[in-house]
Amino acid sequence: MEARKHNPSGRSLGQVTLGDLPGWLARRTPQRPRDAVNMVQKGWQWYFRKYIDVRKGGVGGVGMLLAGYCVLSYVWTYPHLKQDRWRKYH
Amino acid sequence: MLSRLVIVSANALKSSGPLGAGLVQAPRALHTSSQSLAPVPTLPEKGGKVRHGIIPEELFQLLYPKTGVTGPYMLGTGLLVYLLSKEVYVINHETIAASTIGAIIIYGIKKFGPSVAAFADKLNEDKVAKAQEVKDLAMSSLTQAVEDEKKEQWRVEGRSMLFDAKRNNVAMLLETNYRERLHMVTNEVKRRLDYQIGLQDLQRRMAQEHMVNWVEKSVVGSITPQQEKESIAKCITDLKALAQATQTKATA
Repeated sequence: MEARKHNPSGRSLGQVTLGDLPGWLARRTPQRPRDAVNMVQKGWQWYFRKYIDVRKGGVGGVGMLLAGYCVLSYVWTYPHLKQDRWRKYH
Repeated sequence: MLSRLVIVSANALKSSGPLGAGLVQAPRALHTSSQSLAPVPTLPEKGGKVRHGIIPEELFQLLYPKTGVTGPYMLGTGLLVYLLSKEVYVINHETIAASTIGAIIIYGIKKFGPSVAAFADKLNEDKVAKAQEVKDLAMSSLTQAVEDEKKEQWRVEGRSMLFDAKRNNVAMLLETNYRERLHMVTNEVKRRLDYQIGLQDLQRRMAQEHMVNWVEKSVVGSITPQQEKESIAKCITDLKALAQATQTKATA
């Protein structure tokens, strides 16, 4: 019931098959900016409720956010970091 | 551990920022739902499990059936080797900085984690205890109010007895007053009658005395000197006769 409420467009990611993947992604794309904002909000709420809004949280809740931030900032600065490569050809 | 401190300031997180605000508004925005907010569901005891601080447990569970326990670690090693060899991850001065910072962070977490966690738990517990105290106080005051109300109701039943006693008091007062006045009236009437009687006695006595005096005076006045001498001579002869009579009686 919960899964159906959260995913009106078919199954969740664990059950979707590889052939169906593009169609599944197409169904779940936001059509309007409002949908994108909603998705981001729901994602944050899910993450917050699962990892942070608990009685005895751990370092994972905030740690994963920081790790994600590190990875994201590395990805965004990769074009500049490419210049520090030790070898030109790999 | 660290996030417990976040929870302590989670209220600030909830009330600030558009993302945080959305978290609070979302349950209330659906006015059509039949769910109610009370009683508030309790927080889960522990969050989602995370291994080594950054990798959620779900990944390990996902790979366990196919690759066993070491699967994710092998995946991580392979990924790392690929990133390094293809220089998708470039080793430069930032790597050294990041590794030293990472080492310090890990050392800090391992060493001070439990104490910080205990501190944050204690803060939370204090808050909960305070709220519980307020609730207990409210409950006790309300039960006390209920008992007082019952006592007042019991008292109301006694009010009829109070009114009976008061009515008796008033009746007694009236009776006493009535008798007092009765006595007063009797006394006053008796006094007035006594006065009249005294007045009559006085009048009779005065008339008597006056008459007696008047008779005496007229009798004394009517005795002329001639009559006085005659009466004195008669008295002397009477006395002589009497003396003779007694003398003869004494010698006989």
